[in-house]
Amino acid sequence: MKVLVAVKRVVDYKVQIRVKSDNSGVETQNVKMSVNPPDENAIEEAVKLKEQGLASETIAVSIGDEKSQDVLRTSMAMGIDKSILVKTQNTLEPLAVAKTLMKLIEKEKPDLVLMGKQAIDDDSNQTGQILSALLKWPQGCFISNLKIEGKKVSISREIDEGIENLETSLPAVLTCDLRLNTPRFASLPNIMKAKKKPLDIIDIDSLGVDTTPRIKTLKVIEPPKRKAGVMVSDVKELVKKLKYEAKVI
Amino acid sequence: MAVLVIAEHDNSNLKSSTLNTITAAKKLSDDIHLFILGRNIGELANKSKDIHFLSKVIKCDNEKLKNFLPELSAPLISNLAENYSHILAPASTFGKNLLPRVSALLDITQISDVIDIVSNDTFVRPIYAGNAISQVQTNQKINLLTIRPTSFEKSEDSGGDAPIEEIPFVDTDLKTIFINREVSKSDRPELGNARIVVSGGRGLENSDNFKLLYELADKLNAAVGASRAAVDSGYIGNEYQVGQTGKMVAPELYIAVGISGAIQHLAGMKESKVIVAINKDLEAPIFNVADYGLSSDLFQAIPEIIKELDLLNQIES
Ligand SMILES: Cc1cc2nc3c(=O)[nH]c(=O)nc-3n(C[C@H](O)[C@H](O)[C@H](O)COP(=O)(O)OP(=O)(O)OC[C@H]3O[C@@H](n4cnc5c(N)ncnc54)[C@H](O)[C@@H]3O)c2cc1C
Ligand SMILES: Nc1ncnc2c1ncn2[C@@H]1O[C@H](COP(=O)(O)O)[C@@H](O)[C@H]1O
Repeated sequence: MKVLVAVKRVVDYKVQIRVKSDNSGVETQNVKMSVNPPDENAIEEAVKLKEQGLASETIAVSIGDEKSQDVLRTSMAMGIDKSILVKTQNTLEPLAVAKTLMKLIEKEKPDLVLMGKQAIDDDSNQTGQILSALLKWPQGCFISNLKIEGKKVSISREIDEGIENLETSLPAVLTCDLRLNTPRFASLPNIMKAKKKPLDIIDIDSLGVDTTPRIKTLKVIEPPKRKAGVMVSDVKELVKKLKYEAKVI
Repeated sequence: MAVLVIAEHDNSNLKSSTLNTITAAKKLSDDIHLFILGRNIGELANKSKDIHFLSKVIKCDNEKLKNFLPELSAPLISNLAENYSHILAPASTFGKNLLPRVSALLDITQISDVIDIVSNDTFVRPIYAGNAISQVQTNQKINLLTIRPTSFEKSEDSGGDAPIEEIPFVDTDLKTIFINREVSKSDRPELGNARIVVSGGRGLENSDNFKLLYELADKLNAAVGASRAAVDSGYIGNEYQVGQTGKMVAPELYIAVGISGAIQHLAGMKESKVIVAINKDLEAPIFNVADYGLSSDLFQAIPEIIKELDLLNQIES
């Protein structure tokens, strides 16, 4: 079984987001960038499948500018075998990302695609679902448990009501929740080793996908700030305020 | 042109998120159709036709639609798409699982998690866990939107009388078998649309201590919520998680107990009308968004609050 993992480079989740003063977007220059958090879970799961002898090869793919090589190196330091950077200067919409991944999937012929459930920058939560529909492969979204036996795939997915259990078969597209596993830290020796693993760079134009944006961002603004509240001295005061000032209880 | 709303339901009742989504649709058109896909939904369709402002209820009733597998529903939706300027679904795990597939089938980019509609082609959505708000415009011939339920009021579920149209089921080859749903039963209000939410974090320390929170919730007729850390630690189920990767809530009163206030948590609750934070660490960022902050040990504070509420009730009765 060959496993392909989609990895996006995003502003680190700990960074305090700043909106650009011209309201054209969010400041991404000189801020810490990282692997999109749930994509780390996808990487971890792929590496585990390899360790269990279920996966024969693991590939990480990122679509972005040259700098996205760093998240691919991280993926390989965590244990991914090889990676591909699809180079573009543009920010692609989920539909275009899925179409690009599809081109690579036609070439690499993986049996399983693992991705994050959502990119924490655009918060779209779309790409895996779109890819599954384009490939006509089964979809398993927001998974917190995965078991593979032969071609059989058993998943638990997190839904608003609780957990949904499904059984499907390979090939499949699965999107990971943070609760799927605990991503490992890349050890220093593995970081060194990852430098020698293959990283192919291809230009997005060579794939012949239509990536024209369909959506125009008119402006990006800061969210309204909540006005400062008060500290209460004790429970009595709190309950009184909730009852007679805020009138919510 | 007409707008199509995809109903979220459990085959017998609509979820309130559907009513929120209909309100969003009203900003786009006077001609709103509700599409219900499910099994044995005759009665549900009959009830739904009473919803104010609907001009049509469309149903597709088939055994195979019982478990809402998106591979089966998406083609049925995209087959109807050309009659509509907009197709809307709630931005719940139901809508998130389904609508991007319609996007793939129609080759149209979907706009996720819309919190405001400026005009028929311009929409507002949060990005970066709500730390930035983006206004976007599109000129695609059909607009696919998922709607954040807490950003729109619920529409009236009576006063209307829409005709019901049935469309035939068309099968899709599918290898997925539905096994089951593990759903926790609770008499408390639903987290997504409760008037009061009491949420617990890692400060609760274990699942047993969450009982203290349940007791407080029951006194207030509140829903219970949790931080990701509390869910990850196994104190409570994933369906209670509030935040960027959990549920969005906007109750009149949100009480955060033993929650530090990470941005990913704030993303899910900072639109609440009144926020109370109870935390023993004065520096906890949750206090920056709280209307009322109490710096105290929760194991002391919660029993005291319960006692005070009992006193209040006695005075009132
Ligand atoms: C991609 C991503 C997505 C995420 N999505 C979410 C999400 O959807 N929702 C979410 O909640 N988090 C989310 N997180 C996690 C988030 O970053 C925080 O780790 C999490 O919210 C912390 O939970 P907490 O406040 O319960 O725990 P902590 O940060 O550990 O805080 C516990 C608090 O309890 C207080 N406390 C301890 N004991 C007591 C006591 N006896 N009395 C009073 N106070 C006490 C402490 O002072 C502390 O402030 C996400 C993280 C990532 C990376
Ligand atoms: N530019 C990208 N490169 C690689 N993977 C991506 C990219 N954008 C999105 N993905 C994958 O798609 C998932 C969902 O992203 P989104 O639909 O944008 O929320 C992410 O967690 C990634 O696994």
